[in-house]
Amino acid sequence: MIIAEQKPMETIEEFIKDYKKVLFLGCAGCVTVCLAGGEKETDLLATSLRMKRELEGNPLETVTYTATRQCDPEYVDGIANYVEDVDCVVSLACGVGVQFVAEKYRNKIVFPALNTKFAGGTVEHGVWEERCGLCGDCILHKTGGICPIIRCSKSILNGPCGGSQDGVCEISKDVPCAWHLIVEHMKELGRLDMLMEVQPPKDWSTSRDGGPRKVVREDVKIDE
Amino acid sequence: MSKSKIERLFDQGEFVVSCEIGPPKSTDAEVIREYARMLKNHVDAANLTDCQTAIVRISSIASAWHCLEEGLEPIIQMTCRDRNRIAMQSDLLGAYSMGIRNILCLSGDHQKFGNHPTAKNVHDLDSMQLVNMVKRMKDEEEFCCGEKFKNHAPKDFFVGAVANPFADPFEWRVARLEKKIAAGARFIQTQCIFDTDRFVKFMDMVKERGLHKKCKIMAGVTPIKALGAAKYMKNNVAGITVPDELITRLEAANKAGGKDAVREEGIQICIEQIKMFKEIEGVAGVHIMAIAWEELVPRLVEESGLYPRPALKE
Amino acid sequence: MGDFEPKIVAFCCHYCAYSAADLAGSMRLQYSDNIRIVEMPCSGKTDQHVLLRAFEEGADGVYVAGCMEGDCHFLKGNFRGKKRVKQLKNILDQIGLGADRVEFYNLSAAMGPRFKEIADEFTERIRNLGPSPLNKSVKSSKGGDVA
Repeated sequence: MIIAEQKPMETIEEFIKDYKKVLFLGCAGCVTVCLAGGEKETDLLATSLRMKRELEGNPLETVTYTATRQCDPEYVDGIANYVEDVDCVVSLACGVGVQFVAEKYRNKIVFPALNTKFAGGTVEHGVWEERCGLCGDCILHKTGGICPIIRCSKSILNGPCGGSQDGVCEISKDVPCAWHLIVEHMKELGRLDMLMEVQPPKDWSTSRDGGPRKVVREDVKIDE
Repeated sequence: MSKSKIERLFDQGEFVVSCEIGPPKSTDAEVIREYARMLKNHVDAANLTDCQTAIVRISSIASAWHCLEEGLEPIIQMTCRDRNRIAMQSDLLGAYSMGIRNILCLSGDHQKFGNHPTAKNVHDLDSMQLVNMVKRMKDEEEFCCGEKFKNHAPKDFFVGAVANPFADPFEWRVARLEKKIAAGARFIQTQCIFDTDRFVKFMDMVKERGLHKKCKIMAGVTPIKALGAAKYMKNNVAGITVPDELITRLEAANKAGGKDAVREEGIQICIEQIKMFKEIEGVAGVHIMAIAWEELVPRLVEESGLYPRPALKE
Repeated sequence: MGDFEPKIVAFCCHYCAYSAADLAGSMRLQYSDNIRIVEMPCSGKTDQHVLLRAFEEGADGVYVAGCMEGDCHFLKGNFRGKKRVKQLKNILDQIGLGADRVEFYNLSAAMGPRFKEIADEFTERIRNLGPSPLNKSVKSSKGGDVA
């Protein structure tokens, strides 16, 4: 899922300082699971800012709603009545949701309440880690199911580099060396031979480098 | 070493002429040196492109050094595509140490168009940020991170940028130029101009904002070699507009005398444009982009009445 | 300031603090009558948003009381409640209410006197802090479709 983290409250307060009535729009998708922008977080943020503004003598009226998914037009369409009578929208979705809402409601400015961090998962309650670099051309079959594109700080395809020591990366003792993990895992699998092949330069055109990407499935498109 | 020659010529109030040299896709520096010898009396400086259209070539800095050796002042182009801020600054220091003073900052063509379409692109900085980084290196004597130079800062860089009056949205182009000037650009080379009406409009907007007084604007020109090339540019190249009248003129020439006549007509059009731009208030120079037709440049300069080139006053 | 009587909401765990309040009652212990008790199934059930709304609705102070560490009926609920209160303190600081207006206490069902002590101690703390800044101004804020 997409992992996100709330921006500092002061930042969000600054965004909306000139607006009187604001929709705080949560998302019940990934950001609910990573506890960044679900119903609870949305209510907490709205209430906090409402109280803060009250104390500052600049009362704020808030409307809160949590959409099923902000990255899906049908759910974004469904919030029209909420958006209609507010001055602006604070979206607690990932960057995708913010953009879908902004595209749909062009006469309202939409502010992001979150920083969208990465594609990852929950390793324990309250701890999320990055696992996928979204490069568009998966190579996990070559690396024991461990992604060096995103988990190696240098995205090395023929690692580990000389900065790997005691299983950790040179950038920090808290960062495991992905290539150390790959080697260990391939050893367990008895397939170290697979790592002997020199990996050629990767085709990055399927990644961000090739420009904005799109997936089209003709078989599931609904033609009106 | 002091200020660049073109900076001083601009300060002298001269109408500056520059051109473009595309370095070779090999180690053959003689190509560059030959062009340099051929052009050095006809232009004030020459741009050395930085792997133009994302095709690997001799680096602009190495090419610039060959030009310097031959007595032609170089303008190095630096794109944001292939290097991060660390490599860019390192290369800038190296360039300065070799006597290179002029730098033209660009985003760079996407690698999709070149011979390594599967490469990663960097774009750590954008062209605006690159302009500002060089400005800070020279004026504030600091690196991009804010750390100060202890000594020997590249104080005499002459920072240039590009502007494209033909890209969209049109109204935003002048605003963006203003931003580049605010970021530190001291001279501007425009995209090659075919649509002179639109360029005149652009310059009017430039003058409304007084931008021509804050930096030197050089109008970009390209001689058209063939009718097919003109049509291709009209229909396929983003950010270039070719007006119908121009195509009509070339077509007429084609009917009358074939390929050679088209070529000659293209040259005449280019000369007319240069003469016209010279008379537009706020245009401080002309930049001739005759890539793969560099040998034409001396003739263009001569027939536009820009030869001999002015000397530096001491 | 002298006649300021703080409004305090105490979110009390059913298994300890709430029973301790009962016990304090049966023991005829006189404790601060500024306290309004809300019974919770566990101190770990107290949502930050609910505590915050208590302030918005007029509380001058709020505390959560859960079981002794290691004795939670749900094993770890009281630790979680405590962490949430700690985080809420940050939020109160950012809002401008101040971290001291919220607290977390541990006690057991047998601690009737301790319940009284906490109630009195916290009332005194809030009395010293004065009314919540939100209660000084005329309330005009409106919530949307939140409860």
